[in-house]
Amino acid sequence: MKSHYSDAPAAEPLARHTLAVIVDNEPGVLARIAGLFSGRGYNIESLTVSETEHEKHLSRITIVTTGTAHVIEQIKAQLGRLVPVHSVNDLTVQGEAVERELALLKVVGKGEQRVEAMRLAQAFGARTLDATLTSFVFELTGGSDEIERFIKMMTACGLVEVSRTGIAAMSRGAEGM
Amino acid sequence: MSETMTGAEMVVRALQDQGVEHIFGYPGGAVLPIYDALFHQERVKHILVRHEQGAVHAAEGYARSSGKVGVVLVTSGPGATNAVTGLTDALMDSIPLVCLTGQVPTHLIGSDAFQEADTVGITRHCTKHNYLVKRIEDLPRILHEAFYVAANGRPGPVVIDIPKDIQFASGTYVRPSNNRHKTYRPQVQGDAEKIRAAIALMAQAKRPVFYTGGGVINSGPQASALLRELVRLTGFPITSTLMGLGAFPASDRQFLGMLGMHGTYEANLAMHGCDLMINVGARFDDRITGRLDAFSPGSRKIHIDIDASSINKNVKVDIGIVGDCAHVLEDMVRVWRSASPQVDKAALKEWWEKIDGWRGRNCLAYRQSKDTIKPQYAVERLYELTKDRDVYVTTEVGQHQMWAAQFFKFEEPNRWMTSGGLGTMGYGLPAAVGVQLAHPKALVVDIAGEASILMNMQEMSTALQYRLPIKVFILNNEYMGMVRQWQELLHGGRYSESYSAALPDFVKLAEAYGGVGIRCDDPAKLDDAIREMIDTPRPVIFDCIVDKTENCFPMIPSGKAHNEMLLNDVAGDIGSVIDEKGKMLV
Repeated sequence: MKSHYSDAPAAEPLARHTLAVIVDNEPGVLARIAGLFSGRGYNIESLTVSETEHEKHLSRITIVTTGTAHVIEQIKAQLGRLVPVHSVNDLTVQGEAVERELALLKVVGKGEQRVEAMRLAQAFGARTLDATLTSFVFELTGGSDEIERFIKMMTACGLVEVSRTGIAAMSRGAEGM
Repeated sequence: MSETMTGAEMVVRALQDQGVEHIFGYPGGAVLPIYDALFHQERVKHILVRHEQGAVHAAEGYARSSGKVGVVLVTSGPGATNAVTGLTDALMDSIPLVCLTGQVPTHLIGSDAFQEADTVGITRHCTKHNYLVKRIEDLPRILHEAFYVAANGRPGPVVIDIPKDIQFASGTYVRPSNNRHKTYRPQVQGDAEKIRAAIALMAQAKRPVFYTGGGVINSGPQASALLRELVRLTGFPITSTLMGLGAFPASDRQFLGMLGMHGTYEANLAMHGCDLMINVGARFDDRITGRLDAFSPGSRKIHIDIDASSINKNVKVDIGIVGDCAHVLEDMVRVWRSASPQVDKAALKEWWEKIDGWRGRNCLAYRQSKDTIKPQYAVERLYELTKDRDVYVTTEVGQHQMWAAQFFKFEEPNRWMTSGGLGTMGYGLPAAVGVQLAHPKALVVDIAGEASILMNMQEMSTALQYRLPIKVFILNNEYMGMVRQWQELLHGGRYSESYSAALPDFVKLAEAYGGVGIRCDDPAKLDDAIREMIDTPRPVIFDCIVDKTENCFPMIPSGKAHNEMLLNDVAGDIGSVIDEKGKMLV
């Protein structure tokens, strides 16, 4: 099909990239970034944000996104031209970054199910933050895959609620940002 | 240098310190303190528009024709939402604006108060940057910073939303020491290595073409001067986008005319057949490229743009140079001169012969008539009768806009104000108001259509109030002409809602506003009527009755590439040229 507008590009391989974006912690900055992604049709798989340098009012936003090489380049360029953005760092290009997230899981059950939940939690190295006669709240920190596996296991043991932080990431090696 | 004053006074003082002479606005409850502060001074002159959209377009015309930052002042709620179209227009065409909006007091934000709107939320996507001022301490910095952000890098509109309690609050005003933003530092200098590589490609080119855009205009008159120097040094042909007209003189032999959907045959074929494209400050817009997979297939491409995100966005290029046009062009001229390369003269001669062959096709020719005024003829006569004057042209959007771009020859930058990216009908009249304020002695003409002009007709009142002798030159064909053209070509001539029924009598309308109305429907009397318009030192509406069925050619139809453009003489069977997919697109 031909059109004055370009045809949709042929399917190109998608890649997952983790971006660390340093921004001024000013009102609306998160809306600006999230709005850029929705407005231009980019994906967000995970987004975490917190002020990291209080004196300088700097926040670090970690975004996990998926796209073709062309789209990833556009995302970085579009982020880079936002006025409050200091720097855009592609941790995936810099090498396999360290990526961790934290999950809280509430598990409810009795008897054998409860014992199994406890055993699995120990196997995964999860911490028990709260316990009642019929429930646990576990905390697990790890890579996304590990957390996915833990959640899958716990589903069979009476999982009722999950809360996840999304990914915090950092490049390996001696070099700082 | 610091003084204690209210927020409203700070706003006015900051405008003075930024050298602002005119602002365009409309008062309302949430900006009354600022209007009160304006009342007590004379340095900043306020122009009262009749609708907030008009204020923004007027500021755009002012900015684009003068190179200054345009300033707008509107109230909260509807004042701000009415400004949104103008802000989006300025964002698309990279026009530097600072728009001050009033807001309900901070303690009422979020309560759905009277005339409350989430202005920073609404304008986040249609501004380069925006601010909500929550503390009086931040106000002076934000005011100065806004001017820096609007004018530097790729220019654009900046909104400052100021709650009414902040306008009343007292604080310390700080004069601008440097306007800079604490972190925003656009890259203006191009990479020297890439510039050398670009010159090396240019030196070897056999079929080169310069493709230039609005970025050259935005970069300032120096950029246009440097562009002319480089183009003449190299001897290469040059074409321009709609937004870039005037950067290179239209009468020059090296200029091929505008390119794109309604561009010239020679410009589009040169783009299609070139082996090296040098894009200076243009952005590969879809109206320019046509079908992307068939766009200039055999060329290497150099792209100079101050916005890194423009490079490789739509079209993959071989050398992308991030930087300001004037800076990069200066380096290019210097490198070219010092290298004084041996260009392939034989190949270039052959290329020019080919281009002259395309030129010989005379693609803008149209059938003249003794009975009705052809719209092309009207623009041609307007150009001939005004070209020796200090003339500025604005337009609305549609067929008349394309005919103006094709037939009015611009020799200098900043003379041509049109809504390119957003395509905003109703832009031209308020823009003309802004242009006339910036250039009180100049002849300012809004080339309009009878449909577009009605969208911001109310700004005639503004023109009258401030004795701005603007000329509204309406090509009246009683149709939304471009819509009708597409319906003719794509929808079997079913002219759904595109007829301008119940039109006002534009002559009487001009008189009702206190201006002068002129009507002409006879080609033989057109020159005299245009002269009468030019000689009238008051606002004029010229109702030029033109051929109702004329279409705008050349045209790259939907679904086609540059080398498949349609010329006037094949107009009859254009419907069969566009396929099903093409009909879905505009």
